[in-house]
Amino acid sequence: MDLHLDRITLVYPDGDETLTAVDDVSLTVPAGTTTALLGPSGSGKSSLLAVAGGLTRPTSGDVRIGEDVAFGPHTPLRAATRTRLEQVGIVFQAPQLLASLTALEQLELHAHLRGRRPATVRDEATALLGEVGLADLAHRHPAQLSGGQRQRVAIARALVGSPDVLLVDEPTSALDHERGTQVVELVTRLARERGAAAVIVSHDASTLGSVDRTVRIVNGRLETAEALVPG
Amino acid sequence: MFVALRDLRHARGRFTLMLVVIAMITFLVTFLASLTAGLSRESTSAVTDLPADHLAFAMPAPDDAPDFTASTVTPDQWQAWADAPGVTSADPLGVMTTRAESSTTTAPVTALGVEPGSVLLPGPARDLATGTVALSADAAAALAADVGDRVDVAGAELRVGAVVDEEVSFAHTPVVWTTLGDWQAVAAPRGDGPTATVVALTLDEPDATVAATDAALGTVTVTTAQARSAIGSFSAENGSLTTIQVFLLAISALVVGAFFTVWTISRAGDVAVLKALGASTRYLLRDAMGQAVVVLVLGVGAGTAVAVVAAALLGGAVPAVVGVATTLVPAVALVATGFVGAALAIVRITRIDPHAALAAR
Ligand SMILES: Nc1ncnc2c1ncn2[C@@H]1O[C@H](COP(=O)(O)OP(=O)(O)OP(=O)(O)O)[C@@H](O)[C@H]1O
Ligand SMILES: [Mg+2]
Repeated sequence: MDLHLDRITLVYPDGDETLTAVDDVSLTVPAGTTTALLGPSGSGKSSLLAVAGGLTRPTSGDVRIGEDVAFGPHTPLRAATRTRLEQVGIVFQAPQLLASLTALEQLELHAHLRGRRPATVRDEATALLGEVGLADLAHRHPAQLSGGQRQRVAIARALVGSPDVLLVDEPTSALDHERGTQVVELVTRLARERGAAAVIVSHDASTLGSVDRTVRIVNGRLETAEALVPG
Repeated sequence: MFVALRDLRHARGRFTLMLVVIAMITFLVTFLASLTAGLSRESTSAVTDLPADHLAFAMPAPDDAPDFTASTVTPDQWQAWADAPGVTSADPLGVMTTRAESSTTTAPVTALGVEPGSVLLPGPARDLATGTVALSADAAAALAADVGDRVDVAGAELRVGAVVDEEVSFAHTPVVWTTLGDWQAVAAPRGDGPTATVVALTLDEPDATVAATDAALGTVTVTTAQARSAIGSFSAENGSLTTIQVFLLAISALVVGAFFTVWTISRAGDVAVLKALGASTRYLLRDAMGQAVVVLVLGVGAGTAVAVVAAALLGGAVPAVVGVATTLVPAVALVATGFVGAALAIVRITRIDPHAALAAR
Protein backbone atom coordinates (compact mmCIF):
# COMPACT_ATOMS: atom_id res chain seq x y z
CA MET A 1 0.00 0.00 0.00
CA ASP A 2 1.18 3.50 -0.79
CA LEU A 3 1.93 6.04 1.92
CA HIS A 4 0.31 9.44 1.42
CA LEU A 5 1.13 12.53 3.43
CA ASP A 6 -1.66 15.02 2.70
CA ARG A 7 -0.89 18.64 3.53
CA ILE A 8 0.79 17.85 6.84
CA THR A 9 1.47 20.73 9.21
CA LEU A 10 2.96 20.25 12.65
CA VAL A 11 3.16 23.17 15.08
CA TYR A 12 4.98 22.83 18.40
CA PRO A 13 4.20 25.17 21.27
CA ASP A 14 7.37 27.19 21.90
CA GLY A 15 7.01 29.21 25.07
CA ASP A 16 4.40 31.88 24.39
CA GLU A 17 4.87 31.42 20.66
CA THR A 18 4.64 28.47 18.32
CA LEU A 19 7.16 26.79 16.08
CA THR A 20 6.05 25.35 12.75
CA ALA A 21 8.29 22.28 12.36
CA VAL A 22 6.43 20.89 9.35
CA ASP A 23 4.70 23.31 7.01
CA ASP A 24 2.05 22.02 4.58
CA VAL A 25 3.99 19.01 3.31
CA SER A 26 2.42 16.64 0.80
CA LEU A 27 4.24 13.52 -0.34
CA THR A 28 3.34 10.14 -1.78
CA VAL A 29 5.61 7.12 -1.35
CA PRO A 30 4.53 4.23 -3.57
CA ALA A 31 4.61 0.72 -2.10
CA GLY A 32 7.94 -1.01 -2.68
CA THR A 33 9.90 2.23 -3.11
CA THR A 34 12.18 4.21 -0.84
CA THR A 35 12.10 7.98 -0.55
CA ALA A 36 14.98 9.75 1.13
CA LEU A 37 14.19 12.84 3.17
CA LEU A 38 17.22 15.12 3.13
CA GLY A 39 17.70 18.36 4.96
CA PRO A 40 19.81 20.33 7.39
CA SER A 41 19.60 19.87 11.12
CA GLY A 42 16.40 21.26 12.58
CA SER A 43 14.64 21.33 9.23
CA GLY A 44 11.80 19.08 10.45
CA LYS A 45 12.83 15.64 9.16
CA SER A 46 12.29 13.76 12.41
CA SER A 47 9.10 15.72 13.02
CA LEU A 48 7.67 14.67 9.67
CA LEU A 49 8.70 11.09 10.35
CA ALA A 50 7.00 11.24 13.78
CA VAL A 51 3.77 12.33 12.12
CA ALA A 52 4.07 9.69 9.40
CA GLY A 53 4.51 7.03 12.09
CA GLY A 54 1.69 8.26 14.31
CA LEU A 55 4.05 9.18 17.14
CA THR A 56 2.77 12.75 17.07
CA ARG A 57 -0.59 14.01 15.83
CA PRO A 58 -0.32 16.48 12.96
CA THR A 59 -1.76 19.91 13.67
CA SER A 60 -3.54 19.58 10.32
CA GLY A 61 -3.44 17.18 7.42
CA ASP A 62 -3.74 13.40 7.24
CA VAL A 63 -1.44 10.42 6.90
CA ARG A 64 -3.04 7.76 4.72
CA ILE A 65 -1.89 4.20 4.21
CA GLY A 66 -3.62 3.01 1.06
CA GLU A 67 -7.06 4.57 1.11
CA ASP A 68 -7.51 4.70 4.89
CA VAL A 69 -6.59 7.65 7.06
CA ALA A 70 -4.06 6.18 9.47
CA PHE A 71 -3.15 9.27 11.51
CA GLY A 72 -4.93 12.62 11.60
CA PRO A 73 -5.23 15.52 14.01
CA HIS A 74 -7.94 13.72 15.99
CA THR A 75 -6.87 10.09 15.77
CA PRO A 76 -7.27 8.52 19.24
CA LEU A 77 -4.03 7.41 20.87
CA ARG A 78 -5.14 3.78 21.06
CA ALA A 79 -6.04 3.66 17.39
CA ALA A 80 -2.68 5.19 16.48
CA THR A 81 -0.86 2.61 18.63
CA ARG A 82 -2.80 -0.21 16.99
CA THR A 83 -2.04 1.08 13.47
CA ARG A 84 1.62 1.44 14.35
CA LEU A 85 1.71 -2.14 15.61
CA GLU A 86 0.05 -3.59 12.55
CA GLN A 87 1.11 -1.39 9.63
CA VAL A 88 4.21 0.65 10.49
CA GLY A 89 7.80 -0.34 11.15
CA ILE A 90 10.12 2.30 12.61
CA VAL A 91 13.92 2.37 12.80
CA PHE A 92 15.10 5.03 15.20
CA GLN A 93 18.12 7.29 14.95
CA ALA A 94 19.77 5.32 17.76
CA PRO A 95 19.09 1.59 17.41
CA GLN A 96 16.95 1.67 20.58
CA LEU A 97 17.23 -2.04 21.24
CA LEU A 98 16.14 -3.34 24.65
CA ALA A 99 19.22 -4.27 26.64
CA SER A 100 17.71 -7.38 28.20
CA LEU A 101 16.60 -9.02 24.94
CA THR A 102 18.69 -11.02 22.48
CA ALA A 103 18.65 -10.04 18.82
CA LEU A 104 16.08 -12.74 18.07
CA GLU A 105 13.94 -11.68 21.03
CA GLN A 106 13.89 -8.07 19.83
CA LEU A 107 12.06 -9.42 16.78
CA GLU A 108 9.86 -11.90 18.64
CA LEU A 109 8.69 -9.08 20.89
CA HIS A 110 6.60 -7.88 17.98
CA ALA A 111 4.56 -11.07 18.03
CA HIS A 112 4.10 -10.77 21.76
CA LEU A 113 2.91 -7.17 21.47
CA ARG A 114 0.30 -8.40 19.04
CA GLY A 115 -0.85 -10.98 21.56
CA ARG A 116 0.68 -13.93 19.74
CA ARG A 117 3.11 -16.50 21.03
CA PRO A 118 6.69 -15.40 20.19
CA ALA A 119 7.38 -18.84 18.78
CA THR A 120 4.90 -18.14 15.99
CA VAL A 121 7.25 -15.60 14.42
CA ARG A 122 10.47 -17.42 15.12
CA ASP A 123 10.88 -18.57 11.52
CA GLU A 124 10.15 -15.13 10.13
CA ALA A 125 12.44 -13.51 12.70
CA THR A 126 15.27 -15.91 11.97
CA ALA A 127 14.87 -15.35 8.24
CA LEU A 128 14.93 -11.56 8.73
CA LEU A 129 18.08 -11.75 10.83
CA GLY A 130 19.58 -13.81 8.02
CA GLU A 131 18.62 -11.16 5.48
CA VAL A 132 20.41 -8.46 7.44
CA GLY A 133 23.42 -10.77 7.78
CA LEU A 134 23.10 -11.58 11.47
CA ALA A 135 21.95 -15.22 11.42
CA ASP A 136 24.91 -16.22 13.59
CA LEU A 137 24.37 -13.51 16.17
CA ALA A 138 20.68 -14.16 16.89
CA HIS A 139 21.30 -15.01 20.53
CA ARG A 140 23.52 -12.08 21.40
CA HIS A 141 22.39 -9.20 23.55
CA PRO A 142 22.81 -5.63 22.20
CA ALA A 143 25.84 -5.04 24.43
CA GLN A 144 27.61 -7.83 22.53
CA LEU A 145 26.96 -6.30 19.08
CA SER A 146 28.73 -3.53 17.19
CA GLY A 147 26.94 -0.29 16.37
CA GLY A 148 26.35 -1.35 12.77
CA GLN A 149 25.09 -4.78 13.84
CA ARG A 150 22.68 -3.15 16.27
CA GLN A 151 21.38 -0.89 13.54
CA ARG A 152 20.76 -3.94 11.35
CA VAL A 153 18.88 -5.70 14.18
CA ALA A 154 16.75 -2.55 14.47
CA ILE A 155 15.99 -2.69 10.72
CA ALA A 156 15.06 -6.38 10.95
CA ARG A 157 12.84 -5.61 13.98
CA ALA A 158 11.00 -2.93 12.02
CA LEU A 159 10.20 -5.44 9.29
CA VAL A 160 8.64 -8.15 11.48
CA GLY A 161 5.03 -8.67 10.48
CA SER A 162 5.63 -7.15 7.02
CA PRO A 163 4.53 -3.57 7.69
CA ASP A 164 3.07 -1.50 4.87
CA VAL A 165 5.20 1.47 5.85
CA LEU A 166 8.85 1.51 6.90
CA LEU A 167 10.20 4.70 8.50
CA VAL A 168 13.92 5.04 9.09
CA ASP A 169 15.44 7.99 10.98
CA GLU A 170 19.12 8.80 10.34
CA PRO A 171 20.33 5.20 10.14
CA THR A 172 23.78 6.27 9.03
CA SER A 173 24.66 8.95 11.55
CA ALA A 174 26.74 6.59 13.66
CA LEU A 175 28.32 4.71 10.76
CA ASP A 176 31.18 5.41 8.37
CA HIS A 177 30.41 6.22 4.74
CA GLU A 178 30.72 2.68 3.43
CA ARG A 179 28.61 1.10 6.13
CA GLY A 180 26.09 3.94 5.89
CA THR A 181 25.72 3.29 2.17
CA GLN A 182 25.26 -0.42 2.89
CA VAL A 183 22.50 0.26 5.41
CA VAL A 184 20.62 2.48 2.94
CA GLU A 185 21.01 -0.20 0.28
CA LEU A 186 19.68 -2.78 2.73
CA VAL A 187 16.62 -0.69 3.53
CA THR A 188 15.96 0.00 -0.15
CA ARG A 189 16.27 -3.66 -1.09
CA LEU A 190 14.10 -4.94 1.78
CA ALA A 191 11.42 -2.31 1.07
CA ARG A 192 11.35 -3.39 -2.58
CA GLU A 193 11.28 -7.12 -1.79
CA ARG A 194 8.55 -6.74 0.80
CA GLY A 195 6.48 -4.11 -0.94
CA ALA A 196 6.80 -1.56 1.84
CA ALA A 197 6.61 2.18 1.32
CA ALA A 198 9.86 3.37 2.91
CA VAL A 199 10.99 6.82 4.06
CA ILE A 200 14.59 7.19 5.09
CA VAL A 201 15.79 10.38 6.79
CA SER A 202 19.33 11.53 6.29
CA HIS A 203 21.52 14.60 6.10
CA ASP A 204 24.24 12.82 4.17
CA ALA A 205 23.32 12.74 0.47
CA SER A 206 26.40 10.71 -0.43
CA THR A 207 24.95 7.54 1.12
CA LEU A 208 21.66 7.76 -0.76
CA GLY A 209 22.67 6.37 -4.17
CA SER A 210 20.34 3.41 -3.94
CA VAL A 211 17.07 5.16 -3.08
CA ASP A 212 14.27 5.67 -5.61
CA ARG A 213 13.72 9.32 -4.87
CA THR A 214 15.15 12.10 -2.76
CA VAL A 215 13.22 15.08 -1.41
CA ARG A 216 14.71 18.04 0.42
CA ILE A 217 13.09 19.69 3.40
CA VAL A 218 14.19 23.13 4.63
CA ASN A 219 12.49 25.01 7.43
CA GLY A 220 9.66 22.50 7.43
CA ARG A 221 8.84 22.90 3.72
CA LEU A 222 9.57 20.53 0.87
CA GLU A 223 11.94 22.29 -1.53
CA THR A 224 12.84 20.06 -4.39
CA ALA A 225 11.45 16.76 -5.45
CA GLU A 226 13.95 14.91 -7.52
CA ALA A 227 12.45 11.72 -8.95
CA LEU A 228 14.58 8.78 -9.88
CA VAL A 229 13.37 5.87 -11.91
CA PRO A 230 12.37 3.08 -9.56
CA GLY A 231 14.67 0.16 -10.13
CA MET B 1 5.69 -10.36 30.79
CA PHE B 2 7.96 -10.85 27.80
CA VAL B 3 10.13 -7.84 28.61
CA ALA B 4 9.59 -7.78 32.40
CA LEU B 5 11.01 -11.23 33.04
CA ARG B 6 14.01 -10.60 30.81
CA ASP B 7 14.62 -7.29 32.57
CA LEU B 8 14.50 -9.12 35.92
CA ARG B 9 17.21 -11.46 34.72
CA HIS B 10 19.22 -8.72 33.04
CA ALA B 11 19.19 -6.33 36.02
CA ARG B 12 19.73 -9.20 38.45
CA GLY B 13 21.86 -7.18 40.87
CA ARG B 14 19.36 -4.38 41.36
CA PHE B 15 16.42 -6.71 41.76
CA THR B 16 18.30 -8.97 44.16
CA LEU B 17 19.06 -5.97 46.33
CA MET B 18 15.38 -5.07 46.32
CA LEU B 19 14.37 -8.65 47.10
CA VAL B 20 16.69 -8.66 50.09
CA VAL B 21 15.25 -5.39 51.39
CA ILE B 22 11.68 -6.64 51.00
CA ALA B 23 12.60 -9.94 52.61
CA MET B 24 14.19 -8.17 55.58
CA ILE B 25 11.18 -5.93 56.13
CA THR B 26 8.92 -8.96 55.82
CA PHE B 27 11.03 -10.81 58.34
CA LEU B 28 10.66 -7.91 60.78
CA VAL B 29 6.91 -7.61 60.29
CA THR B 30 6.25 -11.34 60.48
CA PHE B 31 8.51 -11.86 63.44
CA LEU B 32 6.91 -8.92 65.24
CA ALA B 33 3.47 -10.28 64.45
CA SER B 34 4.47 -13.65 65.90
CA LEU B 35 5.93 -11.94 68.94
CA THR B 36 2.84 -9.76 69.37
CA ALA B 37 0.63 -12.81 69.21
CA GLY B 38 2.88 -14.64 71.67
CA LEU B 39 2.99 -11.77 74.13
CA SER B 40 -0.74 -11.33 73.74
CA ARG B 41 -1.30 -14.97 74.65
CA GLU B 42 0.94 -14.62 77.68
CA SER B 43 -1.09 -11.61 78.74
CA THR B 44 -4.56 -12.85 78.05
CA SER B 45 -4.92 -16.60 77.60
CA ALA B 46 -6.52 -16.94 81.06
CA VAL B 47 -9.31 -14.69 79.80
CA THR B 48 -9.60 -15.67 76.13
CA ASP B 49 -9.53 -19.41 76.89
CA LEU B 50 -12.32 -19.19 79.49
CA PRO B 51 -15.35 -21.31 78.61
CA ALA B 52 -17.45 -18.14 78.67
CA ASP B 53 -18.28 -15.53 76.07
CA HIS B 54 -18.76 -12.40 78.18
CA LEU B 55 -17.37 -10.92 81.38
CA ALA B 56 -19.32 -8.57 83.64
CA PHE B 57 -17.16 -6.02 85.47
CA ALA B 58 -18.30 -3.78 88.29
CA MET B 59 -16.21 -0.64 88.37
CA PRO B 60 -15.99 1.84 91.26
CA ALA B 61 -17.36 4.63 89.06
CA PRO B 62 -19.97 3.89 86.42
CA ASP B 63 -18.00 5.57 83.60
CA ASP B 64 -14.73 3.72 84.26
CA ALA B 65 -13.45 1.42 81.52
CA PRO B 66 -13.37 -2.26 82.55
CA ASP B 67 -10.21 -3.08 84.47
CA PHE B 68 -9.32 -6.29 86.28
CA THR B 69 -7.46 -4.54 89.09
CA ALA B 70 -10.34 -2.25 90.03
CA SER B 71 -13.41 -4.40 89.38
CA THR B 72 -15.30 -6.01 92.28
CA VAL B 73 -18.54 -7.96 91.88
CA THR B 74 -20.80 -8.94 94.79
CA PRO B 75 -22.79 -12.15 95.31
CA ASP B 76 -25.97 -10.14 94.67
CA GLN B 77 -24.68 -9.22 91.27
CA TRP B 78 -23.65 -12.70 90.15
CA GLN B 79 -26.92 -14.14 91.53
CA ALA B 80 -28.88 -11.53 89.61
CA TRP B 81 -26.86 -12.27 86.43
CA ALA B 82 -27.55 -15.99 86.86
CA ASP B 83 -31.27 -15.27 87.14
CA ALA B 84 -31.38 -12.86 84.19
CA PRO B 85 -33.16 -14.12 81.06
CA GLY B 86 -31.05 -15.65 78.30
CA VAL B 87 -28.13 -16.44 80.63
CA THR B 88 -26.84 -20.00 80.29
CA SER B 89 -24.24 -19.70 83.02
CA ALA B 90 -22.95 -17.00 85.33
CA ASP B 91 -19.94 -17.82 87.50
CA PRO B 92 -17.99 -15.53 89.79
CA LEU B 93 -14.28 -15.34 89.00
CA GLY B 94 -11.62 -13.84 91.25
CA VAL B 95 -8.48 -12.57 89.56
CA MET B 96 -5.42 -11.53 91.54
CA THR B 97 -1.80 -11.34 90.48
CA THR B 98 0.37 -12.14 93.46
CA ARG B 99 3.39 -14.06 94.66
CA ALA B 100 3.56 -17.82 95.26
CA GLU B 101 6.20 -19.63 97.24
CA SER B 102 7.13 -23.31 97.16
CA SER B 103 9.63 -25.03 99.39
CA THR B 104 12.40 -24.19 96.94
CA THR B 105 11.50 -20.99 95.10
CA THR B 106 9.09 -18.12 94.60
CA ALA B 107 7.34 -16.91 91.46
CA PRO B 108 4.75 -14.34 90.47
CA VAL B 109 1.45 -16.01 89.59
CA THR B 110 -2.13 -15.02 88.97
CA ALA B 111 -4.58 -16.73 91.29
CA LEU B 112 -7.99 -17.39 89.78
CA GLY B 113 -10.66 -17.94 92.43
CA VAL B 114 -13.39 -20.25 91.18
CA GLU B 115 -16.32 -22.06 92.89
CA PRO B 116 -15.56 -25.80 93.06
CA GLY B 117 -17.18 -27.76 90.24
CA SER B 118 -17.48 -24.67 88.05
CA VAL B 119 -16.94 -25.03 84.30
CA LEU B 120 -14.37 -22.25 84.66
CA LEU B 121 -11.98 -24.84 86.08
CA PRO B 122 -10.02 -26.91 83.59
CA GLY B 123 -11.16 -30.56 83.49
CA PRO B 124 -8.44 -32.17 85.66
CA ALA B 125 -9.00 -29.56 88.39
CA ARG B 126 -12.82 -29.56 88.30
CA ASP B 127 -13.08 -31.13 91.82
CA LEU B 128 -10.78 -28.55 93.43
CA ALA B 129 -11.27 -28.67 97.21
CA THR B 130 -10.87 -26.00 99.84
CA GLY B 131 -7.25 -25.79 100.92
CA THR B 132 -5.88 -27.00 97.62
CA VAL B 133 -4.52 -25.26 94.55
CA ALA B 134 -4.32 -26.37 90.91
CA LEU B 135 -1.23 -25.28 89.01
CA SER B 136 -0.96 -24.61 85.29
CA ALA B 137 2.01 -26.27 83.60
CA ASP B 138 4.03 -23.06 83.69
CA ALA B 139 3.23 -22.38 87.32
CA ALA B 140 4.29 -25.89 88.25
CA ALA B 141 7.55 -25.38 86.37
CA ALA B 142 8.17 -21.92 87.84
CA LEU B 143 7.56 -23.16 91.40
CA ALA B 144 9.19 -26.55 90.85
CA ALA B 145 6.13 -28.01 92.54
CA ASP B 146 4.09 -31.14 91.91
CA VAL B 147 0.91 -32.78 93.22
CA GLY B 148 1.04 -33.10 96.96
CA ASP B 149 3.60 -30.33 97.52
CA ARG B 150 2.74 -27.36 99.66
CA VAL B 151 2.60 -23.94 98.07
CA ASP B 152 2.07 -20.58 99.70
CA VAL B 153 -0.19 -18.32 97.63
CA ALA B 154 -0.33 -14.71 98.88
CA GLY B 155 0.13 -15.97 102.41
CA ALA B 156 -2.32 -18.87 102.28
CA GLU B 157 -0.79 -22.29 102.76
CA LEU B 158 -2.32 -24.63 100.12
CA ARG B 159 -1.65 -28.15 98.93
CA VAL B 160 -1.19 -28.78 95.22
CA GLY B 161 -4.25 -30.83 94.23
CA ALA B 162 -3.63 -31.00 90.51
CA VAL B 163 -1.24 -29.88 87.81
CA VAL B 164 -3.05 -28.97 84.60
CA ASP B 165 -1.08 -29.73 81.48
CA GLU B 166 -1.95 -26.43 79.81
CA GLU B 167 -0.18 -23.10 79.44
CA VAL B 168 -2.57 -20.56 80.87
CA SER B 169 -1.34 -17.13 81.86
CA PHE B 170 -2.52 -13.67 82.77
CA ALA B 171 -0.42 -10.51 82.50
CA HIS B 172 2.71 -12.62 81.80
CA THR B 173 2.27 -14.66 84.95
CA PRO B 174 1.28 -18.34 85.05
CA VAL B 175 -2.16 -19.11 86.43
CA VAL B 176 -3.03 -21.08 89.56
CA TRP B 177 -6.60 -21.96 90.51
CA THR B 178 -8.00 -21.86 94.06
CA THR B 179 -11.50 -22.11 95.40
CA LEU B 180 -13.33 -18.81 95.50
CA GLY B 181 -13.39 -19.10 99.31
CA ASP B 182 -9.61 -19.47 99.57
CA TRP B 183 -9.19 -16.68 97.03
CA GLN B 184 -11.46 -14.35 99.03
CA ALA B 185 -9.46 -15.05 102.15
CA VAL B 186 -6.23 -13.71 100.66
CA ALA B 187 -7.48 -11.13 98.15
CA ALA B 188 -7.71 -7.78 99.86
CA PRO B 189 -11.39 -7.50 100.72
CA ARG B 190 -12.98 -4.82 98.63
CA GLY B 191 -16.51 -3.71 99.45
CA ASP B 192 -18.67 -5.74 101.78
CA GLY B 193 -18.70 -9.47 102.11
CA PRO B 194 -17.25 -12.18 99.91
CA THR B 195 -16.67 -10.75 96.49
CA ALA B 196 -15.09 -11.75 93.18
CA THR B 197 -13.49 -9.72 90.37
CA VAL B 198 -15.84 -10.41 87.47
CA VAL B 199 -18.78 -12.62 86.49
CA ALA B 200 -18.01 -15.01 83.64
CA LEU B 201 -21.11 -15.34 81.50
CA THR B 202 -22.38 -17.58 78.75
CA LEU B 203 -25.23 -15.77 77.03
CA ASP B 204 -27.89 -16.95 74.56
CA GLU B 205 -28.70 -13.57 73.09
CA PRO B 206 -26.14 -11.01 74.28
CA ASP B 207 -27.80 -8.16 72.41
CA ALA B 208 -31.06 -8.60 74.30
CA THR B 209 -29.54 -9.32 77.71
CA VAL B 210 -26.47 -7.18 78.24
CA ALA B 211 -27.71 -3.60 78.15
CA ALA B 212 -30.76 -4.14 80.38
CA THR B 213 -28.97 -6.26 82.95
CA ASP B 214 -25.95 -3.97 83.09
CA ALA B 215 -28.27 -1.02 83.69
CA ALA B 216 -30.15 -2.84 86.43
CA LEU B 217 -27.07 -4.18 88.23
CA GLY B 218 -24.52 -1.42 87.62
CA THR B 219 -22.13 -3.78 85.80
CA VAL B 220 -20.14 -3.27 82.58
CA THR B 221 -20.28 -6.35 80.36
CA VAL B 222 -17.92 -6.96 77.46
CA THR B 223 -16.93 -9.98 75.37
CA THR B 224 -13.92 -11.98 76.50
CA ALA B 225 -12.02 -10.62 73.48
CA GLN B 226 -12.81 -7.05 74.51
CA ALA B 227 -11.88 -7.90 78.10
CA ARG B 228 -8.24 -8.24 76.98
CA SER B 229 -8.06 -4.45 77.07
CA ALA B 230 -8.89 -4.62 80.78
CA ILE B 231 -5.46 -6.21 81.31
CA GLY B 232 -2.89 -3.43 81.69
CA SER B 233 0.06 -5.26 80.12
CA PHE B 234 -1.95 -6.23 77.04
CA SER B 235 -3.09 -2.76 76.03
CA ALA B 236 0.39 -1.29 76.48
CA GLU B 237 2.25 -3.96 74.50
CA ASN B 238 -0.31 -4.58 71.84
CA GLY B 239 -0.68 -0.89 71.05
CA SER B 240 3.02 -0.21 70.58
CA LEU B 241 3.80 -3.44 68.72
CA THR B 242 0.88 -2.93 66.36
CA THR B 243 2.02 0.65 65.73
CA ILE B 244 5.49 -0.62 64.81
CA GLN B 245 4.01 -3.11 62.38
CA VAL B 246 1.82 -0.49 60.74
CA PHE B 247 4.87 1.74 60.35
CA LEU B 248 6.85 -1.11 58.84
CA LEU B 249 4.05 -1.72 56.35
CA ALA B 250 4.08 1.95 55.39
CA ILE B 251 7.89 1.96 55.13
CA SER B 252 7.83 -1.11 52.93
CA ALA B 253 5.26 0.48 50.62
CA LEU B 254 7.46 3.59 50.42
CA VAL B 255 10.64 1.60 49.76
CA VAL B 256 8.96 -0.46 47.06
CA GLY B 257 7.45 2.70 45.60
CA ALA B 258 10.82 4.47 45.61
CA PHE B 259 12.54 1.51 43.98
CA PHE B 260 10.00 1.24 41.20
CA THR B 261 10.02 5.01 40.73
CA VAL B 262 13.76 4.96 40.06
CA TRP B 263 13.45 1.79 38.00
CA THR B 264 10.61 3.20 35.88
CA ILE B 265 12.48 6.45 35.29
CA SER B 266 15.59 4.55 34.28
CA ARG B 267 13.65 2.55 31.71
CA ALA B 268 11.64 5.49 30.38
CA GLY B 269 13.64 5.25 27.14
CA ASP B 270 12.72 1.59 26.72
CA VAL B 271 9.09 2.38 27.43
CA ALA B 272 9.06 5.11 24.78
CA VAL B 273 10.55 2.64 22.28
CA LEU B 274 8.02 -0.03 23.21
CA LYS B 275 5.21 2.45 22.76
CA ALA B 276 6.63 3.55 19.42
CA LEU B 277 6.80 -0.11 18.36
CA GLY B 278 3.09 -0.37 19.08
CA ALA B 279 2.86 -1.57 22.70
CA SER B 280 -0.37 -0.35 24.28
CA THR B 281 -0.19 1.43 27.61
CA ARG B 282 -2.27 -1.37 29.09
CA TYR B 283 0.22 -3.97 27.92
CA LEU B 284 3.10 -1.98 29.44
CA LEU B 285 1.29 -1.47 32.76
CA ARG B 286 0.48 -5.16 32.97
CA ASP B 287 4.08 -6.03 32.15
CA ALA B 288 5.49 -3.69 34.81
CA MET B 289 2.95 -4.60 37.49
CA GLY B 290 3.55 -8.27 36.81
CA GLN B 291 7.23 -7.64 37.42
CA ALA B 292 6.44 -5.84 40.70
CA VAL B 293 4.26 -8.74 41.83
CA VAL B 294 7.03 -11.23 41.07
CA VAL B 295 9.51 -9.16 43.11
CA LEU B 296 7.04 -8.69 45.97
CA VAL B 297 5.94 -12.32 46.15
CA LEU B 298 9.53 -13.61 46.03
CA GLY B 299 10.75 -11.10 48.62
CA VAL B 300 7.81 -11.50 50.97
CA GLY B 301 7.88 -15.27 50.56
CA ALA B 302 11.57 -15.45 51.45
CA GLY B 303 11.13 -13.10 54.43
CA THR B 304 8.16 -15.08 55.74
CA ALA B 305 10.03 -18.36 55.41
CA VAL B 306 13.02 -17.01 57.35
CA ALA B 307 10.73 -15.58 60.04
CA VAL B 308 8.88 -18.88 60.46
CA VAL B 309 12.16 -20.75 60.79
CA ALA B 310 13.51 -18.16 63.24
CA ALA B 311 10.35 -18.26 65.34
CA ALA B 312 10.53 -22.04 65.45
CA LEU B 313 14.21 -22.00 66.46
CA LEU B 314 13.70 -19.30 69.09
CA GLY B 315 10.42 -20.80 70.29
CA GLY B 316 11.86 -21.54 73.73
CA ALA B 317 13.46 -18.13 74.24
CA VAL B 318 10.71 -15.78 73.04
CA PRO B 319 6.96 -16.17 73.19
CA ALA B 320 6.40 -16.29 69.40
CA VAL B 321 3.22 -17.78 67.99
CA VAL B 322 3.36 -18.92 64.34
CA GLY B 323 0.01 -19.22 62.62
CA VAL B 324 -2.04 -17.96 59.72
CA ALA B 325 -2.61 -14.64 61.47
CA THR B 326 1.09 -14.07 62.05
CA THR B 327 2.43 -15.26 58.66
CA LEU B 328 -0.15 -15.25 55.88
CA VAL B 329 -1.94 -12.10 57.02
CA PRO B 330 1.22 -9.92 57.26
CA ALA B 331 2.48 -11.44 53.99
CA VAL B 332 -0.71 -10.56 52.17
CA ALA B 333 -0.69 -7.08 53.73
CA LEU B 334 2.92 -6.53 52.62
CA VAL B 335 2.25 -7.67 49.08
CA ALA B 336 -0.87 -5.50 48.95
CA THR B 337 0.77 -2.33 50.29
CA GLY B 338 3.86 -2.98 48.15
CA PHE B 339 1.60 -3.37 45.14
CA VAL B 340 0.02 0.01 45.87
CA GLY B 341 3.47 1.62 46.25
CA ALA B 342 4.67 0.05 43.00
CA ALA B 343 1.47 0.98 41.18
CA LEU B 344 1.83 4.63 42.16
CA ALA B 345 5.36 4.56 40.73
CA ILE B 346 4.53 2.61 37.62
CA VAL B 347 1.56 4.74 36.49
CA ARG B 348 4.11 7.23 35.22
CA ILE B 349 4.40 4.86 32.25
CA THR B 350 1.12 6.35 31.02
CA ARG B 351 2.79 9.75 30.69
CA ILE B 352 5.79 8.63 28.62
CA ASP B 353 5.60 9.95 25.06
CA PRO B 354 6.51 7.48 22.28
CA HIS B 355 7.86 10.46 20.34
CA ALA B 356 10.84 10.40 22.72
CA ALA B 357 12.06 7.22 21.02
CA LEU B 358 13.10 9.30 18.01
CA ALA B 359 15.57 11.25 20.13
CA ALA B 360 19.02 9.73 20.21
CA ARG B 361 19.88 8.14 23.53
N1 LIG C 1 9.09 18.06 20.93
C1 LIG C 1 9.41 19.28 20.41
N2 LIG C 1 8.91 20.40 20.97
C2 LIG C 1 9.20 21.62 20.48
N3 LIG C 1 9.98 21.81 19.41
C3 LIG C 1 10.51 20.73 18.80
C4 LIG C 1 10.27 19.42 19.27
N4 LIG C 1 10.91 18.55 18.48
C5 LIG C 1 11.56 19.29 17.56
N5 LIG C 1 11.32 20.58 17.75
C6 LIG C 1 11.79 21.67 16.88
O1 LIG C 1 11.25 21.48 15.60
C7 LIG C 1 12.22 21.74 14.62
C8 LIG C 1 12.42 20.53 13.73
O2 LIG C 1 13.04 19.52 14.52
P1 LIG C 1 13.36 18.07 13.97
O3 LIG C 1 13.79 17.24 15.11
O4 LIG C 1 12.19 17.60 13.20
O5 LIG C 1 14.59 18.39 13.01
P2 LIG C 1 15.49 17.37 12.17
O6 LIG C 1 15.38 17.80 10.77
O7 LIG C 1 15.17 15.98 12.49
O8 LIG C 1 16.94 17.73 12.72
P3 LIG C 1 18.20 16.77 12.96
O9 LIG C 1 18.82 16.54 11.63
O10 LIG C 1 19.09 17.57 13.84
O11 LIG C 1 17.71 15.51 13.60
C9 LIG C 1 13.48 22.17 15.34
O12 LIG C 1 13.52 23.58 15.35
C10 LIG C 1 13.28 21.65 16.75
O13 LIG C 1 13.91 22.50 17.67
MG1 LIG D 1 16.18 14.27 13.51
